Amino acid sequence: MITSGEILQTIEMIDQQHLDIRTITMGISLRDCAHPDIGVCCGRIYDKITKCAEKLVVTGEQIEKEFGIPIVNKRISVTPIALVADSCETEDYVPIASVLDKAAKAVGVNFLGGYTALVHKGFTKGDLRLIRSIPEALSLTERVCSSVNVATTRAGINMDAVAEMGRIIKETAMLTATDGGLGCAKLVVFANAVEDNPFMAGAFHGEGEPECVINVGVSGPGVVHHAISACRGLPFDDVAETIKKTAFRITRMGQLVAQEASKRLGVPFGVVDLSLAPTPEIGDSVADILEEMGLESVGTHGTTAALALLNDAVKKGGVMASSHVGGLSGAFIPVSEDAGMIRAAERGLLSLEKLEAMTCVCSVGLDMIAVPGDTSAETISAIIADEAAIGVVNNKTTAVRIIPVPGKGVGESVDFGGLLGKAPIMPVHPSSSAGFISRGGRIPAPLNSLKN
Amino acid sequence: MRAIVTVIGKDRVGIIADVCAILARNKVNVLDISQTVMQEYFTMIMLVDMLKDSISFDEMSSLLNDAGRELGLSIRIQREDIFNAMHRI
Repeated sequence: MITSGEILQTIEMIDQQHLDIRTITMGISLRDCAHPDIGVCCGRIYDKITKCAEKLVVTGEQIEKEFGIPIVNKRISVTPIALVADSCETEDYVPIASVLDKAAKAVGVNFLGGYTALVHKGFTKGDLRLIRSIPEALSLTERVCSSVNVATTRAGINMDAVAEMGRIIKETAMLTATDGGLGCAKLVVFANAVEDNPFMAGAFHGEGEPECVINVGVSGPGVVHHAISACRGLPFDDVAETIKKTAFRITRMGQLVAQEASKRLGVPFGVVDLSLAPTPEIGDSVADILEEMGLESVGTHGTTAALALLNDAVKKGGVMASSHVGGLSGAFIPVSEDAGMIRAAERGLLSLEKLEAMTCVCSVGLDMIAVPGDTSAETISAIIADEAAIGVVNNKTTAVRIIPVPGKGVGESVDFGGLLGKAPIMPVHPSSSAGFISRGGRIPAPLNSLKN
Repeated sequence: MRAIVTVIGKDRVGIIADVCAILARNKVNVLDISQTVMQEYFTMIMLVDMLKDSISFDEMSSLLNDAGRELGLSIRIQREDIFNAMHRI
């Protein structure tokens, strides 16, 4: 039998260290919803989502109750809408975003991802229509999340898409100016996007995915922080071992919940995403873990190495605990969603340049970063290009979720509330990148051999 | 279905009796109990079996929660699987 100590340890993790299942995300294929008439297409989309996900929220709540583990979010990802809507005879895809929002509300999920286009090599007519509709779609809907993949290691970087996304982000910020540019918090620009990511805002149900699938994202920065606080003064070997063991436990729980959800919903289990996803709550921070390793503040020299160790140990511990690992799997460093990152950014101890370096060794990229409202579209595009280059060259997923906050400048901050948190506005480089971005075309795929 | 009931709170007379009475009334069988008192804090862990004629897990969970609030204790019931998953390979 399980010992009392083990039982109390689990309860302490949940009660005091914020251990939770961050999300159960149901992936739903909408490929069979395509129709030339957008009205018919929307009807099919609504019917399919509400039918597949009818019991998603209630099942999640049941599991939560029986296992005594909080499941923070229940969400849905769908086939990239650019694929579904390509055959619609219309110039305007916004009605589809509205129907997705309506379906999300009907089934009670807090976010639905997949207002997406994959344009790493070029645009179809549908891709362009979708991308151009993003600002309006995100300003008119509440729960729809959008993403655009602009680069892959095999295709290189579509610089036309990069340039376009700079403008789209600016426009989205302007259309949601009254909410501090909130629309941009629901828009991710990816390089090497993954098809089975359960985390928002970048989730979509990829082309290689089945009809319907359950993916689970675990979390637990607080638990890892607590565990390594017992390693004070010990060498990194011990730190890595401790993180691995902790990640293993967290992931085992994620796997259990994923299997249970899959069984109860009658939907196949996809992957467990091993990510350390912080929340703005105190004690649920990735920055705190890095500082626990001996850094005075996140952002100082040594941060990248600390993050590399953390990211790798989480994966090593988690991989054995789950039958299928996928998604983004790594530590997230969203500035506005992490109390420690906010603290460092407010004091000017964490720069955009250091964050960019950190994204070389961890999951995702420049995430939930607020920049001055007068940042030019070209500068935003150039930031995207830099991140995409890191992803493409290093064979990893990178992303940019950046908010040029209308009417605000460095020294101010923007508060989105809830899980999206509060972001201090960070300075961008003053020199222009306009000439670079205006070239357009594609940056060729990098060489992946001759690695010596 | 086997589940773990944990009771944590300030020690006083009759905690075990109160919790066991709720379980017995609802036909939940107690398989094992361990308890300790550390610095006035009482911790009891019970392995229980929810039988076919026991009330539903949901109801049991709410009953124990309510009782906990009334008695000034934290009482929770969780399926045993979560502890096995986390601590046993």
